[in-house]
Amino acid sequence: MSILINKDSRVVTQGITGKTGMFHTHHSIEYAYGKSCYVAGVTPKKGGQVVEGVPVYDSVAEARAATGCNVSVIYVPPPFAAAAIDEAVDAGIEVVICITEGIPVKDMILTRDRMRGSNTILVGPNCPGVITPEEIKIGIMPGYIHKKGRIGVVSRSGTLTYEVVDQLTKLGLGQSTCVGIGGDPVNGLKHLDVMKMFNDDPDTDGVVMCGEIGGTDEEVCAEWIADNMSKPVVGFIAGVTAPPGKRMGHAGAIISGGKGTADEKIAALEAAGVSVTRNPSDMGKLMLEAMQG
Amino acid sequence: MKIHEYQGKAILAEYGVAVPRGKACFSVDEAVAAAEAIGGEKWVVKAQIHAGGRGKGGGVKVADSLDEVREHATAILGMTLVTHQTGPEGKVVKRLLVEEAAPIQAELYLGLVVDRASQRVTVMASSEGGTEIETVAEQTPELIHKVSVDPKTGLTAAEAESLAGKIGIADDLLPAAGKLIQALYQAFWDKDASLAEINPLITTSDGRVIALDAKINFDESAMYRHPELKDLRDLDEEDADEIQADKFGLNYISLDGTIGCLVNGAGLAMATMDIIKLYGASPANFLDVGGGATTEQVTEAFKIMLKNSNLKAILVNIFGGIMRCDVVAEGLVNAAREVDLSVPLVVRLEGTNVERGRQILADSGISVINATTMADAAEKVAAAAAGA
Repeated sequence: MSILINKDSRVVTQGITGKTGMFHTHHSIEYAYGKSCYVAGVTPKKGGQVVEGVPVYDSVAEARAATGCNVSVIYVPPPFAAAAIDEAVDAGIEVVICITEGIPVKDMILTRDRMRGSNTILVGPNCPGVITPEEIKIGIMPGYIHKKGRIGVVSRSGTLTYEVVDQLTKLGLGQSTCVGIGGDPVNGLKHLDVMKMFNDDPDTDGVVMCGEIGGTDEEVCAEWIADNMSKPVVGFIAGVTAPPGKRMGHAGAIISGGKGTADEKIAALEAAGVSVTRNPSDMGKLMLEAMQG
Repeated sequence: MKIHEYQGKAILAEYGVAVPRGKACFSVDEAVAAAEAIGGEKWVVKAQIHAGGRGKGGGVKVADSLDEVREHATAILGMTLVTHQTGPEGKVVKRLLVEEAAPIQAELYLGLVVDRASQRVTVMASSEGGTEIETVAEQTPELIHKVSVDPKTGLTAAEAESLAGKIGIADDLLPAAGKLIQALYQAFWDKDASLAEINPLITTSDGRVIALDAKINFDESAMYRHPELKDLRDLDEEDADEIQADKFGLNYISLDGTIGCLVNGAGLAMATMDIIKLYGASPANFLDVGGGATTEQVTEAFKIMLKNSNLKAILVNIFGGIMRCDVVAEGLVNAAREVDLSVPLVVRLEGTNVERGRQILADSGISVINATTMADAAEKVAAAAAGA
């Protein structure tokens, strides 16, 4: 098993006719069971085309009716991306993974409000995507660094996730699923949501969690871990050296009003029994120790 | 994006928020003329910089005569204002706001932020105006009242008036105060603001509710749909290197250390800064080259970093995913040839085509210290900087 996606997922790419959507759909189809997983693409007014071997539809609803797709991945440009999420939600897609970076916060407030009461799960936006190694890759991560196994990874960052995955794989620790939840302030799944899923997943034995400055999601997750988590968790928080008031690349990575510092997050995680390292080179090693211990 | 107080007040005034009559001035003569045109007997001369705490730093003065307006304007214009938000180097004041002085009865606080937990706009109000809200939150959190706004309905009159009542505004002023808070919310929402603060919001002895200050930040991601806000950007208030980097699609932030860093991805860039610190050195900048890292971008990044006289070494940390290490290596070699690399360069490449990337660096003849892991890279760059 795994969380969120597996080889039985049926995926529609929203924005498939754009350069980014096409490129990443191509590489995702080439990965593991991608050929049977990717069943449709959507670009308004471009229905009828075939891109990367998959049929293109005008709307997600049409794509779902025709192919039974239950997962969507979005590469739509920022001004239209929130509407693309809305469309996927309305079509009853189960998991929506939004890669797009730079969606206005106001659009996400409205989209998240529309999603209240909906069963659709949103991952992102501004994230690398989700991968269940050797089964399915949905997103922009390099597939080959991953290896099937029993460690879950959840992170707000892209390349930092690749860094930890690479360390794990080189130490012989494969991954159950790796989830990039994204660097935006208003988003879908939080660390806490993914942590609960990993805790419930019988095929996940431990979790690496990469957080960063800004917000209190890591603290909220830490509180839950303290009382509920039955598996070892290794943590790293990026941004110990980040100055307050400056947006560090990600829209959500900002220390404001003295809140959201790395030190606060590290303290909260340590208090919850998480093995936190201040050395990003040691994330894999620490997980290995936890698995052996 | 940040704007000046006078620009924020102009936006709020469009939405019907009461603000003091005033004018932005760029010279002492202009300031005196503005005070004369505004009339009355008492004025306030306020430094316009993108930082709070201006009053404590001597950037806000009350004048009882036109001569005093001249005196204060002369003192403030051109001064280097140091506040807790400017850093020790301070900011040179190039613009003033001259306003009528208001008969203050009570100083209150009003602020709007996007709350990440509720995923809504939160309106915060407090009776403790004039003090920083962070201080109030720490010492007397019970004095901060909040409303989480339903984005479908917006802030209702009932919610706004109830909030006004909680911060001690008298009953007869509640309708006016409620309207002001609603107008502030509407401006925030329409203009894609990310933060708005009125500190202080005041009630006056003649029964008015006025925004005496205005701080508004906007969501960078929404600027494409606000051409009207573009001209409000004041490049004098921004770091010249950060502006230059932005032109090349580089996400760059100046810091005060000695190790320049060039990294792909924001999270990895922060982690790289952190590990440099862990190995005893300190980062000179944050730099995320994003998903491209073309020769042009890397060259520009090197140029910006090399302008820094404190720079002792550069660390390049690239995890190649979609961006291949061989392409990055070629970019690095070309950039290193184009600029005069006067400091040691440590390169850590990992990921797609890493062997080819390392080979390209080795064959190039440029002087590179190769590193394998992030820890190895940090250790080597710290040592190189110490030896430089």
